[in-house]
Parts: sequence; structure tokens; C-alpha cells
Amino acid sequence: MMSHTYKDLVIAMVRTGILGYGGGPSVMPLFRHEAVNRYHWLEDEEFGEVLALANALPGPIATKIAGYLGYRTKGSLGAAVAIIAHILPTCLAMIALASLISVLKSSPFIEGMIAAVLPVIAVMLGQMAYKFGSKAVKGLGWVLGFATFIIAFVMLQIIPVHPAIVIILFLAYGTVHYKLKNKINKHHDRDREAI
Amino acid sequence: MSLISVFLGFFVANILGYGGGPSSIPLMYQEVVTHYQWLTNIDFSNMLALGNALPGPISTKIAAYVGYNVSGVFGVIVAVVATIAPSSIALILLLKLLQKHRQSSVVKGMTLLVQPVIAIMMIVLTWQMGRDSIHSLGPIQAIIIAAISFLAMTKLKVHPAIVIIIAFIYGGLVVPHLHI
Repeated sequence: MMSHTYKDLVIAMVRTGILGYGGGPSVMPLFRHEAVNRYHWLEDEEFGEVLALANALPGPIATKIAGYLGYRTKGSLGAAVAIIAHILPTCLAMIALASLISVLKSSPFIEGMIAAVLPVIAVMLGQMAYKFGSKAVKGLGWVLGFATFIIAFVMLQIIPVHPAIVIILFLAYGTVHYKLKNKINKHHDRDREAI
Repeated sequence: MSLISVFLGFFVANILGYGGGPSSIPLMYQEVVTHYQWLTNIDFSNMLALGNALPGPISTKIAAYVGYNVSGVFGVIVAVVATIAPSSIALILLLKLLQKHRQSSVVKGMTLLVQPVIAIMMIVLTWQMGRDSIHSLGPIQAIIIAAISFLAMTKLKVHPAIVIIIAFIYGGLVVPHLHI
């Protein structure tokens, strides 16, 4: 049964917003469950397609999907309602908790909490760095992968250039990377045929 | 004036983050701590800890808190809109156009080439957080907590939110009684 009411939209988006742990990408199965299995807003193939497209765009993924599902069911207003329902509860919780902690900052209890969580955050950031790094090496190969690490490091830390400019330069090269790679591979093949 | 800075900061950080919220963390750090100095290094890491312990997308939680700190409720609205509106609107508008280019080598190449930059920014951030934690806990305790949380998250597959909550409890109950 198709269900296209604002009430269902809000319930689905609040549920995906407060049940998803670990940032946007981990919430995708929850979105799929609500949109495809529970409310039948779209077919599994369409969901997969939207997900692939959303991944090709920058910015947080969960809000892009929430916005699209809202738009698909209720138009522009639906998009706004869906995004607000998805993020509002956790945004409010975040402001309340973080403000509470910064008010109580000078108490030894909170001071200890803040200190003890620092190494955990460092480890988590390190793991994320590893994940992004291994994606780069997988896609670019060891040689080019490490070359890009060194170029990025020199630009960001040694010169230093604003990250926005570094990313734009890398994106610019990214637009031609696969074309160049194909050309080089073709040359290799031709050379091999010649031998 | 500050509302314009809030908008620009979060717009830039998120429009450059390819691959979902986590890739924007070092970019938001650049804007929030390095560029505009709305938060200190320690405040930022605290916020990351809380953000990771709470459910929901990470970049909107960060935007909401920083926006609130800089200019109250309006700050929240501006920061969150700057974080999500450009990419959400782009997805809806470009859906037909992009459908053709989804498999295009241009889009794939762009998504791939952002990864090394984000990786380096993450490593720098890791280094800074590590240095701060050694500064506030001393090297021995910092390294032990880091090692235990690393093992818990990778080998034992404990959920990061649980690791953060345990660290908060340990920090609240034990750390104040240690004299470093």
C-alpha cells in the first residue's frame, strides 16, 4: 500500500534520524527499509539509483536522501519537512548536551571526561584517515596513491594552501584521470602488440 | 556579519566533502577552528565525541552546535541550511541530468581524487588530537586509552558510541583522582 501522508513522512524521517548510528552512510539501510519496504514510496532499483547519484554529489549523504524522499512524496515542502524531521531531534540533543558540558567545563568530573575521550577521538580520526587513504590507494594504485599523499601533504601543511584550493585542483585532475589512464593503457597495449 | 561567516564556513566545508558527512570533518575543522576560531581544538574534539555518541548524521549535529555557539538560534538555522541545502537541492535538480553521467569517468575520477586530500587532512587532525591528549593526560595514560579503544573498535568490534561512553565514565570517575 502506498502511503503518502505528511505524518508517515515525518515518522519515517524521525525514525531514521534517531536510530542511525555512525554518521550518514550507515543509515542507508534504514532509509531503504522505510522507503521501499514499509511505505513503498519507490522501488528497490530506483532507491539504488538515487543512492548512486547522491554519492556522486558532495555534502552529507543522509540529508540528500531525506530531501529526495520528501520531494518524491510531497514536492518541495515535503523535502523541507523530511530533512527537518530527520535532523531536528539529534541537533537539539547535540546543542543541549554540548552546552551543558561547556557550562560545567571547570568541574573536575567534566574535565576528566573531556580528557579521557580525547585519545578515543584521536583513534577514531586515525581510523577514518586510514579508510580514506586505503580508498585512494585502491583506486589510484600504490605509486600514484602515495604521490597524491605527498603532494596533498606539501600543499596543505608545508606551503600551506587553503584546503578548498587543494581539493579543487585535485577535482580538476580527477575529471581527466580516467581518460588519461585509458590513453596510457592503450599505448601500452600498442607497444605490446608491436613486440 | 557573523551569520554570513557561518554560512560561508559550512557551505565551503560541505560542498567540498565528497563521500558523505565524515569526509567533511577535517574541512569543518579547518573553518571552525583554524579559520574563524569559533571553537578551540579541545572544544572541537569534545563536540566530535558527543556527536559520535549521538545518533543521526554527523555534519548537521556539528553545524547545529557551532551555529548555536556563534549566534544562537539563527546561527543554527544558517549553519544547518548551509550544510545541507546546496547538496539536497542539487540532487533533486540534477537527478535527470546526472542519471546519464552516473557512470561517467569524470564523476568517478572526481570522487576518487578527493580521497587522498581528505586522508592527509584526517592524519593532521589525528596528530593534533593525539598531541592534545598527551598534553592533558600525560603520554602513558593517553597511549593506554588510545590502545584500548583501538583494540575495542577494531578487534572486538565494540560500537564507537559505547567506547566513547566508557571513556566519558572513566574520565569522570577516575581521572580527577589521578595526579598527573
